[in-house]
Amino acid sequence: MHLALFVIFGLFCLGGALNLLLQRHPINSALSLIVVMSSLAVLYLLLGAEFLALAQIIVYSGAIMVLFVFVIMLLNAGEEEKTHGSRAAYLAGIPGVLALFCVLASTYVTLRTSFGQARLGNFIVTTEELSRVLFRNLLLPFEVTSILILVAILGAVVLARKEQ
Amino acid sequence: MDVPIAWYLILSAALFSIGVFAFLIKRNIITIFMSIELMLNAVNLAFVAFAHHWHQVSGQIFVFFVMVVAAAEAAVGLAIIISVYRSRETLNVDQINLMKL
Repeated sequence: MHLALFVIFGLFCLGGALNLLLQRHPINSALSLIVVMSSLAVLYLLLGAEFLALAQIIVYSGAIMVLFVFVIMLLNAGEEEKTHGSRAAYLAGIPGVLALFCVLASTYVTLRTSFGQARLGNFIVTTEELSRVLFRNLLLPFEVTSILILVAILGAVVLARKEQ
Repeated sequence: MDVPIAWYLILSAALFSIGVFAFLIKRNIITIFMSIELMLNAVNLAFVAFAHHWHQVSGQIFVFFVMVVAAAEAAVGLAIIISVYRSRETLNVDQINLMKL
């Protein structure tokens, strides 16, 4: 059950990410990113993070991606054109990214025995436990993020406002 | 059937690498911004997997804060994209080479 769900939604994640890379139109990339984020929510549930799974759906697939799609439609963004700048990125990017992935993956493969297995229902963080840690031990950082969001709202309004 | 934690971590490494690659080769500023979000999500998956391994709630708290910061960052970033588009009439990063709006 766990393995089947992991394989299905892990493949959805990888497929969505590759589709984001291959599509030329930004709206197609945005929709495939929604697929990635929603299947990540299922993976969070499998790892016992129930609050984060719902927050992922609401905040990422809901709020942030709607904002992206809204901006794409507002600016009427068409297909991206190929320009000379991308060739250097291919030459430096492909070996660099492959090296990054190989280093990370080989580290994880060599350490796989010490990581152990993820058993379904072995470690479930309920919203109550999470909020107890958040509001008891980390109240100050939580309040500071509210100031951050306030600053972000003001900044967004100032930046996107039309010059008079 | 149990799934090794390492598989989750390898999936997160793959998502992060795809995000870095998309960041490098994409020319549309909105798609570049989306690949940053993809990288943040990959890191979040690694955080949740490690939280499951160590049986610690703090890993999930980290993901919570990353989500909050990502939401703020998306709002400000998209506002910057809108104001850049207003002054340049383009979304291609090769033609955006001045910090000045």
